[in-house]
Amino acid sequence: MAMVKTENLIHDYVIRDEEGNVSGKVRAVDGVNLEVKPGQFIAVLGHNGSGKSTLAKHLNALLFPTGGAVWIDGMKTDDPDQLWNIRQEAGMIFQNPDNQIIGQVVEEDVGFGPENMGVPTKEIWERVEEALKTVGMWEYRKKSPNRLSGGQKQRVSIAGVIAMHPKYIIMDEPTAMLDPGGRREVIRAARALNDVEKITIILITHNMEEAIYADHIFVMAKGKIALQGTPHQVFSRVDEMKALHLDVPVATMVAHKLREHGLNIPEGILTREELGEALGLES
Amino acid sequence: MFDGITLGQYYQTDSPLHRLDPRVKLVGTMAYIIALFIVKGWVGYFLAFLFLATMIALSHVPLRFVVRGMKAILIILLITVAFNVFLTPGKVLWSFGVLKVTKEGLVFAARMAVRLIFLIIGSSVMTLTTTPNQLTDGLESLMGPLKKIHVPVHEISMMMSIALRFIPILMEETDKIMKAQMARGADFESKHLMQKIRSMVPLLVPLFISAFRRANDLAMAMEARCYHGGEGRTRMKPLIYKGRDIFGYGVVAAFFAACIVLRVVGL
Repeated sequence: MAMVKTENLIHDYVIRDEEGNVSGKVRAVDGVNLEVKPGQFIAVLGHNGSGKSTLAKHLNALLFPTGGAVWIDGMKTDDPDQLWNIRQEAGMIFQNPDNQIIGQVVEEDVGFGPENMGVPTKEIWERVEEALKTVGMWEYRKKSPNRLSGGQKQRVSIAGVIAMHPKYIIMDEPTAMLDPGGRREVIRAARALNDVEKITIILITHNMEEAIYADHIFVMAKGKIALQGTPHQVFSRVDEMKALHLDVPVATMVAHKLREHGLNIPEGILTREELGEALGLES
Repeated sequence: MFDGITLGQYYQTDSPLHRLDPRVKLVGTMAYIIALFIVKGWVGYFLAFLFLATMIALSHVPLRFVVRGMKAILIILLITVAFNVFLTPGKVLWSFGVLKVTKEGLVFAARMAVRLIFLIIGSSVMTLTTTPNQLTDGLESLMGPLKKIHVPVHEISMMMSIALRFIPILMEETDKIMKAQMARGADFESKHLMQKIRSMVPLLVPLFISAFRRANDLAMAMEARCYHGGEGRTRMKPLIYKGRDIFGYGVVAAFFAACIVLRVVGL
């Protein structure tokens, strides 16, 4: 069974004027069909306003479809009886690390989700320990979140989600507010979760370098899925990506330019190492 | 500019008072404050002093931290004392124009000052030995019976702990906004009162907008983590009374009873 499936998903935001009357509608997500299998690492790319964050909120039943349907692990998101089951199975990491940490101590924040789920006290502690060790934040368990760096805060958020034992995690631009070091920390944690714990990850991002590790990429534009495929397939279509105002990884761009100038190297190069190999360079 | 502020002024160390259940400390502090207004004679005040001194010693908090809380109320204290000294009618000891110092005034002012000082130090000892988190947990538990009359006890304590978590974040943000406005020529240093108030507007508006945005984000994050009120929620750190807490209640009760006895006897 598919972990996540959307069928012709549509979402309209209603615009209201000052008196609260409906004055217009904006279609943020327009007929999206996607399917994610258990254990996959998925990247959703898109420009600002492409509808990718709205899509993300549908995948955790924070928003409900205007049209079409979303199934999480076989449960339909607009079924009120399944709401809490869905939210437990689908963990969500948001962009701003400060605005998603509730506890005043790291360990208390990680325990927040299990507390809400009604997990017995002893098991909460086991889950907190396990989750904090998974993201490498166990030594910081007694610290105040305010004293951590952005990357560390985001790892605490990830631990908070892991402690709920989700089947998949949606990360809505988790690195957008971090410095390069913090970005690497978070992406490394996400990949480790996928590799080791076999948790399905949906990473929403506009940073192309983060998408190269995905099994499958969906590129969104104007609420629709414009391109999809493996990273090699997607990034070899450099001109189409440019037309969508999206970048491709630096190595891909360099390879593309070199090809244009007549050098014989394959399309779909993603990393510096691959580029070096194609050029016959020793790294 | 906000570097010096530590919230709830918690002093981290390990002491018998730190380990005590927050509910005992809350009840104890309330009882102590009430007792301060029960006792009338000097023996009673001495007992209150003895109790407080023992607590400070037990808390392992350096005295200067305990006394630091006094700074904030020093002016109020001086005004109270001055009013009591000069305005209490009675046997005049010394007079200067309309100002008269009376014997009753002196006694009354001294009593008032002692009460106020003990009250502030007493509650400082509690906040110094209890984390804000434990305090809100303790309050939630103590106010539990109010749930029966539909007081949203869990929600109140959740709001308190979220507020505590966001105060440092919002302070940092205020600092950032101030610097941004100063870079564009805003004047926060002006001594003039109207100027000062006016300069607050460009500070408060962005701060409020940002606070609302944060609140919205936080609510979403809490929902995503299955938060649905206090119903069916378990606790990671449940409050359970231990032997020492029962003993603590006993000590508080004994002190309280002694104060009542002293009042009745008139000491």
